[in-house]
Amino acid sequence: MQLAHYLGLLHRAQVNLADAFRQVADAHAEEPDIQHLCQQQAKRCDTYAEQLRPFAARYSEDAPAEPDRLHSQLFTGTRTGGIGLLRDLQDLYLMAAECDIAWTVVGQAAYGARDDELLAVVRRCEGETAIQLKWLRTRMKAAAPQALVVAD
Amino acid sequence: MVDRIADPWGERTPYGPGQEWPVRVDRFLDGGRSEADVDRWVQSASVLHSNGDAMDIAVADGRIVGVRGRAVDRINRGRLDPKDLYGWQANHSPDRLTRPLVRDGDRLVETDWDTAMGRIVARSKELLDGPGGWGHFGFYTTGQLFLEEYYTLGVIGKAGLGTPHMDGNTRLCTATAAAAMKASFGTDGQPGSYTDVDHCDAIALWGHNVAETQTVLWMRMLDRRRGPNPPAMLAVDPRATPVAREADLHLAVRNGTNVALLNGLLREIIRRGWYDRDYVDAYTLGFDELCHIVDGYPPHRVADICDVPAADVERAAELLGSSQRLLSTVLQGFYQSNQATAASCAVNNLHLIRGMIGHPGAGIYQMNGQPTAQNTRETGADGDLPGLRNWDNERHIEELARLWNVEVDRIPHWAPPTHAMQIFRYAEQGSIKLLWISATNPAVSLPDLSRIRRILAKPDLFVVVQDLFRTETAELADVVLPAATWGEKTGTFTSVDRTVHISDKAVDPPGEAKPDLDIFLDYARRMDFRDRDGNPLIRWTGPEEVFEAWKECSRGRPCDYTGITYEKLRGGSGIQWPCTQEQPDGTERLYTDGHFNTDPDYCETYGQDLATGAEFTESEYRAKEPRGRAFLHSVDYQPSPEVPDDDHPMLLATGRTVYQFHTRTKTGRAPQLNRAAPDVWVELNPADAERLGIAEGDLVGVSSARGAIQARARLCGIRPGVVFLPFHYGYFDQNPADRTPRAANELTITAWDPVSKQPLFKVAAVAVAKLADGRGEPSPAPTVGGSAPPTDADVPPTVGGPAAQATSGKE
Repeated sequence: MQLAHYLGLLHRAQVNLADAFRQVADAHAEEPDIQHLCQQQAKRCDTYAEQLRPFAARYSEDAPAEPDRLHSQLFTGTRTGGIGLLRDLQDLYLMAAECDIAWTVVGQAAYGARDDELLAVVRRCEGETAIQLKWLRTRMKAAAPQALVVAD
Repeated sequence: MVDRIADPWGERTPYGPGQEWPVRVDRFLDGGRSEADVDRWVQSASVLHSNGDAMDIAVADGRIVGVRGRAVDRINRGRLDPKDLYGWQANHSPDRLTRPLVRDGDRLVETDWDTAMGRIVARSKELLDGPGGWGHFGFYTTGQLFLEEYYTLGVIGKAGLGTPHMDGNTRLCTATAAAAMKASFGTDGQPGSYTDVDHCDAIALWGHNVAETQTVLWMRMLDRRRGPNPPAMLAVDPRATPVAREADLHLAVRNGTNVALLNGLLREIIRRGWYDRDYVDAYTLGFDELCHIVDGYPPHRVADICDVPAADVERAAELLGSSQRLLSTVLQGFYQSNQATAASCAVNNLHLIRGMIGHPGAGIYQMNGQPTAQNTRETGADGDLPGLRNWDNERHIEELARLWNVEVDRIPHWAPPTHAMQIFRYAEQGSIKLLWISATNPAVSLPDLSRIRRILAKPDLFVVVQDLFRTETAELADVVLPAATWGEKTGTFTSVDRTVHISDKAVDPPGEAKPDLDIFLDYARRMDFRDRDGNPLIRWTGPEEVFEAWKECSRGRPCDYTGITYEKLRGGSGIQWPCTQEQPDGTERLYTDGHFNTDPDYCETYGQDLATGAEFTESEYRAKEPRGRAFLHSVDYQPSPEVPDDDHPMLLATGRTVYQFHTRTKTGRAPQLNRAAPDVWVELNPADAERLGIAEGDLVGVSSARGAIQARARLCGIRPGVVFLPFHYGYFDQNPADRTPRAANELTITAWDPVSKQPLFKVAAVAVAKLADGRGEPSPAPTVGGSAPPTDADVPPTVGGPAAQATSGKE
């Protein structure tokens, strides 16, 4: 059974997203809403990763070797300025999207594995990830015209 | 005669449930005049608080000489707030601006209107030239102009320049009221009526020191409390305000924990069966999710988070749950605190699950902090669109485009209008290059003042200030425009409970000062804004024409004014919107049939996630199938962005005194008011004071990560661990040579609610230390209101003396 690999993928994606949220919060501390909400979302990602941990352990016994190119690197550090903020939020968006689709995949696998506990975790967390995406989209939509058309 | 400084609320006129509130006519005339000395009385209403009290202005020899309350009016039945009795004197202040000023190096010099407007227009045209030119303009207006002025400004911004960067200082006072009503009921618009006080059997005041912020509403409540079958009263406030002292139950919660308290109260009410299952099933959405969330807040957990006794949480739930006609009022203790919109929605939830909405006595007042804030919201001079329209609904934008005869895409609607703190951020970053500030004083009222001053002083930011005086903000402007004020111009405005009043011109403005409307119209003319047919975009010449145009904009919307005329507003009482041909006398209560404004084609918002502000789309909203049902929004408690730590171990809340308004631009120039509260003070709990070695009157330093101020200490009934500073005091009346930092907003944090974007003024972490001994002289804090010292303290009482003698006549 390969489920452990996808659990690992999702776990690592959540940990990376938490870390990226923290980096963006620090880099854009002059945008108070970005700082506060990114810190808040980082904590949420921590709790999702924490909730996945027992399942990763549960399924790791059955797991064969990890397939090639399982993990990808989406974030390589923050930028500055108005367009820099937009790009950083876009990175966060893509990372959250990776989490979002991975929750869907893990949720499907949980059905197949008849694992109600895992399914409960997926249901709890996938909605929150969708909200993260929605928030990032909302914030970027508001910021884009000023950053791309108006600012010098 | 009555000294309304010593007794801001005057004599009681008790009454019972269902009875009409007795008339009491308050009057103050200057210099021992009597009514016989008055040439004429000119109809108006109050602009020094948000209650909407109707009054007549006394004119003699071409000057204002006093005021009296209007007995016929539904809101105040003749009563007036002390700020209204004495505040009009500021109109005559010798330092009124009478000519425009322009910057010449480090000085502001007098000039004529052509020169001043010429500079603004030249800079505007230069900035507007080229792609994205609209984005260089920002407007920061107020809650103190008239409806006609806001609507004109809104059209200039949205259809003239095409900028979304327009907001009011209403963002600081009332944004959460609007956000919470939109979220719960589909649109802005107060469900209740002030007459709900006449019928209720319980009043809950959520972070609302009504005794000092809306004294006439408090008089009404007190008169019920002194009459037969008085309503029970619950106060939630970290301070021992007059409301808290009057209440049957006072919950002095830890600042920033309102959501936890409300979740706990809702849990008790649901568990003990005190909710209306039929109402919930028929008229609301989201009850199961609400139950799921609030279930995590048993009384002992609420007690831990909020630091109040668990038994008091249960008692409060019983008081709320056992009432038959519950009235709630909400203000800054919720709006300017952590999780503002979520906490205010939770109060709406309380009323929705109990079916306490839309019938006499069962009301909610999501209050406003300023007299005309309602109109800033209605007309779209803040973060809303005119007529309470939905920025994300293309049909709504098309309606505006038809009305103004412009292309749809001229009107910015790609995102919500930019909120005030973001406007200042864009100015800080340099992409907003022209900031036009009307009738507000951000250099004293916004958070983190050193940052705000730095932004306003930026050489590449062209700042226009339109005001009565050389405020702290005007000092940093490039052009200062002298404005006429209340009593010197005609217009309308609307109270918290949707009552529309007219305020007629009584006297001419001083010197070359002009009504704000005339200034905006002059700008539009000079900019030569055109509609799609090449005709002038704005063809109005006076307030009544604007009002008639506004009526068309409001047609069919919740705030429908089409049945109101200037003529109808003159002579009698104010009129509550919606007022139409079918409802010619206005509408006392909304949602009487349980049908809310949540229809997707009608609503003002498709909804937001309350924790993050994430916007939902139209299709997501439609999928909820609201069908006129109200939303029960619920979220978990989250701690504030800033909590105390070792360096800053105490919490600061800022707020108001009954004697001053905003940054004292007017009240600081009314002698009776200013003498009553002449200088800043800091409130401390006696236990904290003892630990810090501070006595009444000692000079205290209060510091945060942003700055530090000095204030003399008042020991009083605030909860331990919290200090309070009035935010009114800036620097205009201090001698520059011995100026000391005293503005509360030197300390406050730049942070805001994710949904309403209202800044958090109630939760800054601060350190407090004694600087100098007061040598037994008490602090300048009034002994009336939240700053009242303990009864055994040796502090002389606040009185107004002979200069404050007013009359109060019962009929």
